[in-house]
Amino acid sequence: MSDIPPEKIETTFKKLDADAEKFGYHLSPDTDFVKELIEGLLINEETYGYWACPCRLADGDKADDLDIVCPCDYRDADLNEFGACYCALYVSDEIKRGDAQPEPIPDRRPSYSERKIEKAQIPVQEDEASGAEAPSGLAYPVWRCKVCGYLAARDDPPPVCPICKATKERFERFM
Amino acid sequence: MEHVDGIDKGKVVLYALSTCGWCKKTKNLLNELGVAYEVEFVDKLAGEAREACIKEVAKWNERTSFPTLVIRDEICIVGFKEEEIKEALGV
Ligand code: SF4
Repeated sequence: MSDIPPEKIETTFKKLDADAEKFGYHLSPDTDFVKELIEGLLINEETYGYWACPCRLADGDKADDLDIVCPCDYRDADLNEFGACYCALYVSDEIKRGDAQPEPIPDRRPSYSERKIEKAQIPVQEDEASGAEAPSGLAYPVWRCKVCGYLAARDDPPPVCPICKATKERFERFM
Repeated sequence: MEHVDGIDKGKVVLYALSTCGWCKKTKNLLNELGVAYEVEFVDKLAGEAREACIKEVAKWNERTSFPTLVIRDEICIVGFKEEEIKEALGV
């Protein structure tokens, strides 16, 4: 269905699977399904320039799609509540063991109009993700990874989240 | 829009993403059931055609999530809901 070479899908699958297991996540045991989603991610990388979620319609503007760059901001909440992410690429221990099946779930991402309203309400923080002042009483500002919740007390967020590999721009100021 | 031949169950339109796993499962189900349908891969559209299609999907499913299946301009099923789809198609 695409011109993505099968070897590229295979190497990406191996890496994603190894990373997931290393950091306490699991890919779905349905390997064919997983590989189709990985192909989707690689197609989206070609189309948009980043790993836009294969099961959501990307806008094409990275700033607007940041919350759905895989792994998306909604993965962990969906894993907790439903045992799988929206695409069912990542699944719970139970599903991984084959004791349950992933089901289609509602999309946790706010709708386009809700996102527009949210955006208008959040004041633009120029210093987001770069050299912010520490809150009073603390030696450092604290940054939170929006994907996995990892917290880092340091002048700037790390370039890559050590837990889930999300990039610096996915961090928000926490304290 | 791509037409897939099969048993006529009235107008059946599947709005899907070419990269989405649940969309693929829905398409496979329609193929297995052997019904005739139209499929539009919204992520493959660009510019005005894409905008127009998103508006059309939003009429049925405000969130414009995929797959969105519209049966006889009457029933809208969002997501791969196998039983609901079979029932709506009367198969
Ligand atoms: S983690 Fe999020 S972006 Fe990645 S496949 Fe799952 S739902 Fe899509």
